[in-house]
Amino acid sequence: MKKHGSDSSPGPVMPALPEPLKDLKIKYTKIFINNEWHDSVSGKKFAVFNPATEEKICEVEEGDKADVDKAVKAARKAFELGSTWRTMDASERGRLLNKLADLVERDRLILATMETIDGGKLFSTAYLMDLGACIKTLRYCAGWADKIHGRTVPMDGNFFTFTRHEPIGVCGQIIPWNFPLVMFIWKIAAALCCGNTVVVKPAEQTPLSALYMGSLIKEAGFPPGVVNIVPGFGPTAGAAISHHMDIDKVAFTGSTEVGKLIKEAAGKSNLKRVTLELGGKSPNIIFADADLDAAVEFAHIGLFYHQGQCCIAGSRIFVEEPIYDEFVRRSIERAKKYTLGDPLLPGVQQGPQIDKEQFKKILDLIESGKKEGAKLECGGGPWGDKGYFIQPTVFSNVTDDMRIAKEEIFGPVQQIMKFKTIDEVIKRANNTTYGLAAAVFTKDIDKALTFAAALQAGTVWVNCYSAMSAQCPFGGFKMSGNGREM
Amino acid sequence: PIPLPLLSLQIFINNEWHESTSGKKFPTYNPSTLEKICDIEEGDKPDVDNAVEAAKAAFQRGSPWRQMDAPSRGRLLHKLADLLERDRVILATLETMDTGKPFLQAYFIDLEGCIKTLRYYAGWADKIQGRTIPVDENFVCFTRHEPMGVCGAITPWNFPLLMLVWKMAPALCCGNTLVIKPAEQTPLTSLYIGSLIKEVGFPPGVVNIVPGYGPTAGAAISTHDSIDKIAFTGSTKVGKLIKEAASKSNLKRVTLELGGKNPCIVCADADLDLAVECAHQGVFFNQGQCCTAASRVFVEEQIYPEFVKRSVEFAKKRLVGDPFDARTEQGPQIDQKQFDKILELIESGKKEGAKLECGGLAIEDRGLFIKPTVFSEVTDNMRIAKEEIFGPVQPIMKFKSIEEVIRRANSTEYGLTAAVFTKNLDRALTLASALQSGTVWINCYNALYAQAPFGGFKMSGNGRELGEYALAEYTEVKTVTIKLSQKSP
Repeated sequence: MKKHGSDSSPGPVMPALPEPLKDLKIKYTKIFINNEWHDSVSGKKFAVFNPATEEKICEVEEGDKADVDKAVKAARKAFELGSTWRTMDASERGRLLNKLADLVERDRLILATMETIDGGKLFSTAYLMDLGACIKTLRYCAGWADKIHGRTVPMDGNFFTFTRHEPIGVCGQIIPWNFPLVMFIWKIAAALCCGNTVVVKPAEQTPLSALYMGSLIKEAGFPPGVVNIVPGFGPTAGAAISHHMDIDKVAFTGSTEVGKLIKEAAGKSNLKRVTLELGGKSPNIIFADADLDAAVEFAHIGLFYHQGQCCIAGSRIFVEEPIYDEFVRRSIERAKKYTLGDPLLPGVQQGPQIDKEQFKKILDLIESGKKEGAKLECGGGPWGDKGYFIQPTVFSNVTDDMRIAKEEIFGPVQQIMKFKTIDEVIKRANNTTYGLAAAVFTKDIDKALTFAAALQAGTVWVNCYSAMSAQCPFGGFKMSGNGREM
Repeated sequence: PIPLPLLSLQIFINNEWHESTSGKKFPTYNPSTLEKICDIEEGDKPDVDNAVEAAKAAFQRGSPWRQMDAPSRGRLLHKLADLLERDRVILATLETMDTGKPFLQAYFIDLEGCIKTLRYYAGWADKIQGRTIPVDENFVCFTRHEPMGVCGAITPWNFPLLMLVWKMAPALCCGNTLVIKPAEQTPLTSLYIGSLIKEVGFPPGVVNIVPGYGPTAGAAISTHDSIDKIAFTGSTKVGKLIKEAASKSNLKRVTLELGGKNPCIVCADADLDLAVECAHQGVFFNQGQCCTAASRVFVEEQIYPEFVKRSVEFAKKRLVGDPFDARTEQGPQIDQKQFDKILELIESGKKEGAKLECGGLAIEDRGLFIKPTVFSEVTDNMRIAKEEIFGPVQPIMKFKSIEEVIRRANSTEYGLTAAVFTKNLDRALTLASALQSGTVWINCYNALYAQAPFGGFKMSGNGRELGEYALAEYTEVKTVTIKLSQKSP
C-alpha cells in the first residue's frame, strides 16, 4: 500500500505526523449487529494481544455460528426489496461513503494508534499509509455508487432488452490481520457502493479497528443491518460464514490454504460467489541496465515492508548475473541499518511479527535456508527478549528448489538469486502456483513490455514496487486468488 | 433571503479580479422591479485574450493543474459543492434578483442541481479510463483519454448557475481549463462562483470568467485560435453562428444545447391528473423559459375537452408575482425583448384562429409579467405550434392515432425532449423508440438528474451533457502504439 518513489506528481501533501495517542481507551469490544452492540450468544470472550509486548490489550466478545446467524438475518432484512437501503438513491449511498471517509479522517489518530497496538504496525506507516489508503478508497468507491451502468442491447425480434447491474445481496467478508483496517475498507467500500449488505469477520488477532468502524458506520447514518461485524475465529465464525445457506457471496483475504477451504465450503453449501485474495511468492526481476540504487531500494521495501507480512512481498529477487554481487552487497547494507522496537515509538523501523505462530514459522524457514545451503548474509534469528521480533535477514546464492524460494515466508527474509537470460528468468519467475504480483527493473522499453505480457501475475510493476492506488484493480493469477478488488 | 454583500462585479482571470481593458461597464437589471442592480466590467476581445492566456498557462505540461492527481481534482470539485451548500441562500438570492425566477425554485431546484452535478463529476475524476487494445501483429496498443485543453463556455440566462455547472463540472473533472462568458442579462451568480473557485484552491488560470455581450466577448471565444473546444447553451440561431465560427477559425470541438418545441403526448389511458399537472409544469416552469418546455401538447381525442378544462383551471390558479414571495409560482420574463416576442406570438395565435382559453396578455402596464396563457384548437401550421415561444403559453392540440402523433411530433427541426403519458407498456416503449428526441420522459416531466445524459437530436443541439456521456465531450482520445521485438499474447 506504499507509493514509494512517486515523486513526480505533487499531489496532496502528506499530513504532518502527530504523536500516537497515549492511553488509548478501547471502547468497542462487542458484536455489531443492526447498529447495536451485542454480547456473544455463548457468553464467551477472547483476548487480543499487543505483539510488541505480548501483553493483553483487552477482551472481545467471541462470535460463533449463532452470532453469524443473527448477523445474517439482520443483513438479509436490510436487503429486502422496499427497505431503506434498497430504496435509497444511488447518489445517496455515495454520500454516506463520503461521510464515512470524513469520519475516518476525523478519527485518524485514534485508528492509527489502535492499528499499531493491535497489529504491531509502525505508527508512522499506520497513520500516513494505512489510514491514507482507507480514506482514499472510501472516496473512490463513493464516486462509483451512481455510475454503475447496465446497457440496452439490440436483441433480435420485437424485443426491448436491457441489463441491470444489481447488488448481489448479503456478502460475507473475512478480513486478515496484516492490514486490518485497509482490508476491511477494501471490502465494505466496494460492497456498499453497489448496494449490498455485509457480515464482516475481522481476524481474531486484530479485531479492534473493525469494531471501531462499527461506531463510525452508525454515526455516518448507514441504516441498521447494512453493516454487521462479528469478531471470532476462523474455524468457528469464519466457517459459519463460508458454509451459510443465506449468504450470497463470500470475500476472503488470507492464506491460500484457507482460501481453498472457503471455496470448497461455498461449493458444498449454496454456490455462493467467491472472491479470494491469497498468498504470493512474487518475483522481482532486476536487469543489468536498471537504475541500481532505485532497484535495491524498491526491492528492499518491497520485501521488508510491514515486517514482510504482505501478500505482495517481493520474496524472490532475480538479479542479472553481471550486477549480482553489487546488488547483494547494497541490499545487505540496506538491511543492516535497522532499528527494531516498539512500533509506537518514533525512529523504530521494524516492529514485531503478529503472533507466536507466525514467529515460529518464519524462524523455521530461516533454519531451512541455512540447512539447504543458502548463504546467510545478515540477520537469521530472533531479536529482543519480549515481543515477536525477528532480525532483518538476507540470503544470497538461493536456488529455486530451496524451501525459502518456494514457500511464502511472510517475514523479514529476503532471497536473492542469479539469472542469465530473459527466457530463463521468465520460466523461473512463472514456476510457482502463486501469481499475485511481479516487478521488472530495466530501462529498455522492449524488455519492460515483454515482461508485462509474459509474467503470470495480477499486477506487474515496471521500475517500481508496491505502487497501488484505489483506482487500480488488484488480484491474483493462479492460486493467488480469484477475482479483483479496487 | 437576506441583504447581500455584492462581491463580484469584475472580470475573473488567474484567481484575480480585473477591470475591463476598455474601461467599459454594463448594467444588470432586476426584471421584477426593472431597477438596475449594479454595473459589471464589460469584457471584450482583449479580456478574452487575457483569459485564454491564463487558461493556456494553467494547462501547460508540468503545471500544478496538469500534475495534480486525478482524485485531488475530484476533491476540489467536492469542496466547491460544499461551498455552494454553505452559500446556498446567497446564490439563490442573487439568482432570483438577476433572473426573476421564484426564490424557492432557485433554492430547491437550481442550487440542488448545481450541488449534485458537482458531486457527481467529482466522483468521475479518477475513473476516466482508456483501454488496452489487441491489435494485429507485434504491438502494444492503448488509449489515453486526455483533457482537451482550454474550453470556452457560453452560458444562457434562464438557468445561469446551473448551466454553468453543467459545463464546468465535467470540464474540470477531465482536467481542462475554462474561459466562461455568462449571459449579459445574468452575470451575478457566475461571478460569485469565481470567488468560491479561488477559496476552494483551484490553481490560478484554471477557471476564468469574462462577463460581456455575445457579439463581442462571445464571438471572441468562438473564433479564438487558442481555444480547443466550445460549449454553448442558447438559441439555435446563435448556436449555428458558433459552429460556423468554430469551423472558420481552428476547428475547435463544439457542443451545443439549443432550443426545443417539445411534444408532450397524452394518451386516453393516461392518469389524467398526473398528465395535466406534468404538462402544466412542463410548459410554465421558469416562466416558460426552458429549452425543455412542453410547448406542443398532443392530447388523444377522447379526453381532449376534459384535459383542456383541467389545464385551464391549473393555469388560472397559477400565482404570478414577486419572486421573493414564497407563494409565487411565476415571476417576470427576463427582459423587454423576450416579453415583446412572447406577446407577439400570443397575438399570432389569436389571429391564426387558435382558441384563447385564458390569459393572453401582460399583467400590468409596467413590468415584464405575462398571464399564464392556454390555447386550444391549435393546428400544426400555426406559428405558436412551430416557433419556440419561451414564455408562459400552452398550445394544446388533438390527435387520433399513435402513428399520426409520431409523425406530427417529429415534424420539426428541433428534437430536444418529448414526454408520453400512458399506462400501456407497449405504447410507451413504441413511442420511446419512435420519437426523435434526446430525452423521452414517460409519465413524468423535467426529470433531470446528473447521472442521465441530456442533449438534442437534429437542430436542438450537438453532443450530450450530464452522465458519463459528457466525459466524451471534454476528453480527446490518444492512441499509443508501441512496437515489440516479438508478438506478445
